[in-house]
Amino acid sequence: MSKIKFAILGAFVIVTGAVASSALYTVHQVEQAIVLQFGKPIRVVKEPGLHVKIPFIQDVRMFENRILNLDPPEFEVLLDDKKRIKVDAFARYTIDDPLKFLQVVFSESTARNRLGNLVNSALRRVIARASLTDLLSAKRADLMNQIQAEVTQNAANFGVKIIDIRIGRTDLPTETSQAVFNRMRTEREREAQELRAQGTEQAQVIRASADRDRVVILATAKNQSEQLRGEGDGKRNIILAQAYGRDPEFFQFYKSLTEYTKHLVDEGTTMVLSPNSDFFKYFGNIDGIQKKN
Amino acid sequence: MPWSNQSGGSGGGGGGQGPWGGGGRGGSGGPGGQPPDLEDLIRKGQERVRGMIPGGGASPAVIGLVIVVAIAAWLATGFYRVQPGQQGVALIFGKVVNETIPGLRYNLPAPIGEVYTPQVEELRRVDVGFRGAGEISSRRSTAERDILEESLMLTSDQNIVDMDFTVFYQIKSAREYLFNIRGQEETVKVAAESAMREIVGQTTFDQAVTAERQQIEDKTQELLQKTLDQYGAGILIANVQLQKSDPPGEVIDAFNDVQRARQDKDRLQNEAQAYANSIVPVARGLGEKDIREAEAYREQQIQEAQGEASRFVSIHDAYLTAPDVTRRRMYLETIGAVLGSAHKVIIDQDSNGSGVVPYLPLPEIEKRQPRTGARTSGNQAN
Repeated sequence: MSKIKFAILGAFVIVTGAVASSALYTVHQVEQAIVLQFGKPIRVVKEPGLHVKIPFIQDVRMFENRILNLDPPEFEVLLDDKKRIKVDAFARYTIDDPLKFLQVVFSESTARNRLGNLVNSALRRVIARASLTDLLSAKRADLMNQIQAEVTQNAANFGVKIIDIRIGRTDLPTETSQAVFNRMRTEREREAQELRAQGTEQAQVIRASADRDRVVILATAKNQSEQLRGEGDGKRNIILAQAYGRDPEFFQFYKSLTEYTKHLVDEGTTMVLSPNSDFFKYFGNIDGIQKKN
Repeated sequence: MPWSNQSGGSGGGGGGQGPWGGGGRGGSGGPGGQPPDLEDLIRKGQERVRGMIPGGGASPAVIGLVIVVAIAAWLATGFYRVQPGQQGVALIFGKVVNETIPGLRYNLPAPIGEVYTPQVEELRRVDVGFRGAGEISSRRSTAERDILEESLMLTSDQNIVDMDFTVFYQIKSAREYLFNIRGQEETVKVAAESAMREIVGQTTFDQAVTAERQQIEDKTQELLQKTLDQYGAGILIANVQLQKSDPPGEVIDAFNDVQRARQDKDRLQNEAQAYANSIVPVARGLGEKDIREAEAYREQQIQEAQGEASRFVSIHDAYLTAPDVTRRRMYLETIGAVLGSAHKVIIDQDSNGSGVVPYLPLPEIEKRQPRTGARTSGNQAN
């Protein structure tokens, strides 16, 4: 084994390797390829796997095969009902025809710019014919479909297929938002005041009812108690009248004596008496014969 | 065999797994990367072999053996492990050839083969309207930050609501997830936001902040799933969770004031009720007291009258047995008792015809006011 032989073997391996690496290429699951011959597109390869091309003469360009994402910036639109609104949409698309894509837009970033413009102008056109109420209703889905239909047509010109376009944000501009906030605030203030007034109202009703109840309860009780007292007084009169009625004359006598006792038997009562009274009948006269006046 | 690694060109065997779900083995740059240069690898291998054998002159047999061993070692790096909870997707020359379940699997090693093992059972989350490092359970931690342009949305009655929510999702199909869409997480997020806005746009404000939260979650999940299925995203939405559904910060004070007003209303009513509860029973008690007193009075009157009547009847009965004597006795006893305690002045009008003008020392009488009230007649008579 000489060194020359080894060198020849080495050179062979290097050349073979170089040719093979130029002739073979893989298309990944997420890619699709265009084979170019001196810059001219020859064919499109969508099938993933190992593929062969003419080495050194043909070249390969890869494109995404997955669904791609586009989220153009938001902008303001004047709606049909003269309301201003900030909207944005986002699109999902695939590179459907890499050949057209390569010829018309060449790269993904150019495609994104063009598609972004398409989406936003379609969005602007469709939204401008709608009202805010439409956007905030089931009609939103219809609007999205209209936008998608418009964009799909135009995007096909550069080999892009639109999978889906959806309206993302639909926000009011800052100054309108402030107006909405003010309205919401005043609505709630009204509600709060109403609640407090209702509270006061009901509190007053409860208090007044309670006061009324108190007065009624006391008056009813008074009614009953007066009846009872009257009954007592009445019965007393009847009982006494029956008893005293047996002998009115004696009653007078007895009652007088009782009352004297009750009111006059008191220390310190000063009495100015005449000895002519019955009590003093025998006071100056053993026979008890009173002087005649 | 330290050199076997270099000859194969496959960096750390076993396949490191990136967060994205595998990231491929062999550092081949992922999708779109150029296949590694074969000739370069071979040349490197040869240089290595030369370096190992001093003196340079190597026999073809030795070289052949080295190459065979190198190839065998390279092939051996094709084993990979799919962990529980993962799903393996094996590619050869960029084309999917096999989808595998957990266990020890084999695929041709890099640069020919490629393996992805995404975590398919892991519950992934996307936060919309806020950013927080916190776990699901730690709600509203201080680290969280509101993203107003994401969370403020219009309701159907043209009010603005502040919605924060989290989407939990799983990989339904590893193959679709990896190869059908680019920017998976971003796609979920944007689609979720759009779905939420569409659903909230069809809900009134009051419903959104109170009763219909559950429905909003459900409808959003449904719509989001539909959208993602349309993309063939291979994603299963496990759950859409509303973290916050509040009035916006600008008006939250007014909303809180409504709550306070509601409390105030209850408070006013309770206070009034307390007042009512305090005075009505008292009144009832007073009324009852009055009635009881009146009953007592009635009984007293009746009983006393009966007593007085019986007493009179007894005295009268006794009196009838000897009216004249009794009458006199009673009279004298009573007057005697009356006079017994009285200050007496007896003036005989008739003794000297002209009579005396009685001088009554009224001021003195005044001084001798009775100290005690009227005596009861109870201990008198008889």
